[in-house]
Amino acid sequence: MTERRTPPLEPSLLIEMYRRMLTIRFFEEAVFEVYRRGWMPGLAHLSDGQEATPVGVCMALRPDDTITSTHRGHGHIIAKGGQVEPMMAEVMGKVTGYCRGKGGEMHIADVSLGILGANGIVGGGLGIAAGSAFTAKREGKGRVSVAFFGDGAANQGLWYETANIAVLWKLPLIYVCENNQYTEFTHWKKLTAGEGLAVRARAMGMPGIEVDGNDVVAVYQAARELVERARRGEGPATLVCHTIRYGGHHVGDPGTAYRTKEEMEEWRKKDPIERCERLLLETGILSPQAIEATRNEIYERVQKAVEQARQDPFPPVEEVYEHVYA
Amino acid sequence: MSTRELTFAQAIREALDEELARDERIVLFGEDIGAWGGVFRTTEGLYEKYGPDRVIDTPLSEEGYVGMAVGIAMTGMHPVPEIMFGDFITLAMDQIVNQAAKMRYMTGGQVAVPITIRATMGGGRSSGAQHSQSWHAWFAHVPGLKVVVPSTPYDAKGLLKTALRDPNPVVFFEDKVMYHKIKGPVPEEEYLIPFGVADIKREGKDVTIIALSRMVHTALAAAERLAQEGISAEVVDPRTLTPLDEETLVQSVCKTGGAVIVDEGYTRFGITAELAAVIAKGAFDYLDAPIERVGAFDVPIPFSPPLEFATIPDEERIVQAVYRILEGRRPQ
Repeated sequence: MTERRTPPLEPSLLIEMYRRMLTIRFFEEAVFEVYRRGWMPGLAHLSDGQEATPVGVCMALRPDDTITSTHRGHGHIIAKGGQVEPMMAEVMGKVTGYCRGKGGEMHIADVSLGILGANGIVGGGLGIAAGSAFTAKREGKGRVSVAFFGDGAANQGLWYETANIAVLWKLPLIYVCENNQYTEFTHWKKLTAGEGLAVRARAMGMPGIEVDGNDVVAVYQAARELVERARRGEGPATLVCHTIRYGGHHVGDPGTAYRTKEEMEEWRKKDPIERCERLLLETGILSPQAIEATRNEIYERVQKAVEQARQDPFPPVEEVYEHVYA
Repeated sequence: MSTRELTFAQAIREALDEELARDERIVLFGEDIGAWGGVFRTTEGLYEKYGPDRVIDTPLSEEGYVGMAVGIAMTGMHPVPEIMFGDFITLAMDQIVNQAAKMRYMTGGQVAVPITIRATMGGGRSSGAQHSQSWHAWFAHVPGLKVVVPSTPYDAKGLLKTALRDPNPVVFFEDKVMYHKIKGPVPEEEYLIPFGVADIKREGKDVTIIALSRMVHTALAAAERLAQEGISAEVVDPRTLTPLDEETLVQSVCKTGGAVIVDEGYTRFGITAELAAVIAKGAFDYLDAPIERVGAFDVPIPFSPPLEFATIPDEERIVQAVYRILEGRRPQ
């Protein structure tokens, strides 16, 4: 007789979290393959390993809440409801992409879903997020704004300028720092004075919380509390999520020169998707067969998106001058 | 149509006032623009009239509040961040160049970014090298931005009202020396001036002087002096750099056969260089002498008045440039 764990959250919510994390994992693995086969131009910045953070945060959001994303942004887009088909087309520079091929893998946006762009400038989206929070406060409908950024952006001046203003003006803004341990090729502790951003956030006069960024339930619960606080008009907060990217800084970097095998093996033991799967099985929410079926379904969908995007046309050259001005 | 005389600063203030009243999506941001009324008095009384939620005092965080303006614009409002001294715009450069200017393009047209960035320019006040520069050329180099450089109270008001209705990021440069020194007629009735329409500030037939912002007044003074010597100079003001009314500039030079281009920005790789290229291509067969460029000397703006006034284009340098054109004119 096996004893079942009690689900920490609504089963439907946990299933949706699992599905979105799997979608991110399979999407990132597919992009790596697309790059390896020469089906996409340029490079890609993948987030496999980090899935729990964007999903945990975005499941605490409403459709009208906004997010800003980073150069490693595919996970944020999928977590906020982005569809893999126009995402994959954008990665390949096709006209059917979210941005008609003009943004590329680093700049995917679906403004109708509240995704105000993924930013190639580290920390560059913090102003946009604070601006969206300003509008949200003015509208008075309880909408919040989330800024996703990494450990590198925590040392950019824009964080401090907007954090000061956000605290002063009580903006409904949640700073979500995904600390994936490495600012490009250098460990964050070599680049960051003191104890990191959560402590700095508290010094600025807002809550600064740290969570296991590979535990989707922990991320969700922390995010939910901060989001609800912001909705009530109590101002901004900072959530630091500790996680790891499995790949390198980009697809051309194996990520092995500056990280040890042992370090990565430790992180693999904390894989966010495996942990979620275990939870779903132990609580009896999904059977092994249902897990298998879910994995197959999402994998197939991503593979179909790759095939479709490969066949889709590139934008006509006449479009080069479109969208410069409104 | 009835008119009255307004200073340049009063014309700016009136445009802000009228547009704040017309469109509640417009919000002003800046350092001491609220209760204090702005260090140049361009927002005087607006805080009292529209309140602290529409005329907002910010910390000294140019990158922060210009960056926020991008997000505010992307979510349906029209923010108007002010850069007290145009020199400080460097602090917000990433947000203007990499964010505001590109968001529409990078999203394949999903968003519009209506921001009017008001910035000052201009030297001649012994303010030193970090409070005297004129950086409009930088922004004219960036696709996705519009750049406005008005020279009169009439133009300033009409162009600012247009900027405040434009769905794109506009960088609006106000020469701070003009704020209280330049007065001019402004209609009581509402009017707008479209972007991309140059204005002939003085008609002439012997030579064309293209000038912008405060340099229009310097060019007009030079033209007056030349007139006393029997030389008829036409003064043309492009008013906006992006979009640029190339046709009016080229037509004037085709008529006169000579071009002096005057700008308070730096000479090297500056506005005068770009406009010279426009003229060289469009009016090549009509040019009787090489195009003359009169810009700021390529040095940091000095503090000491004799040095500073030597650096910034003046009437004498424009007159000498016209003489060189007339001397170099090929025999007909």
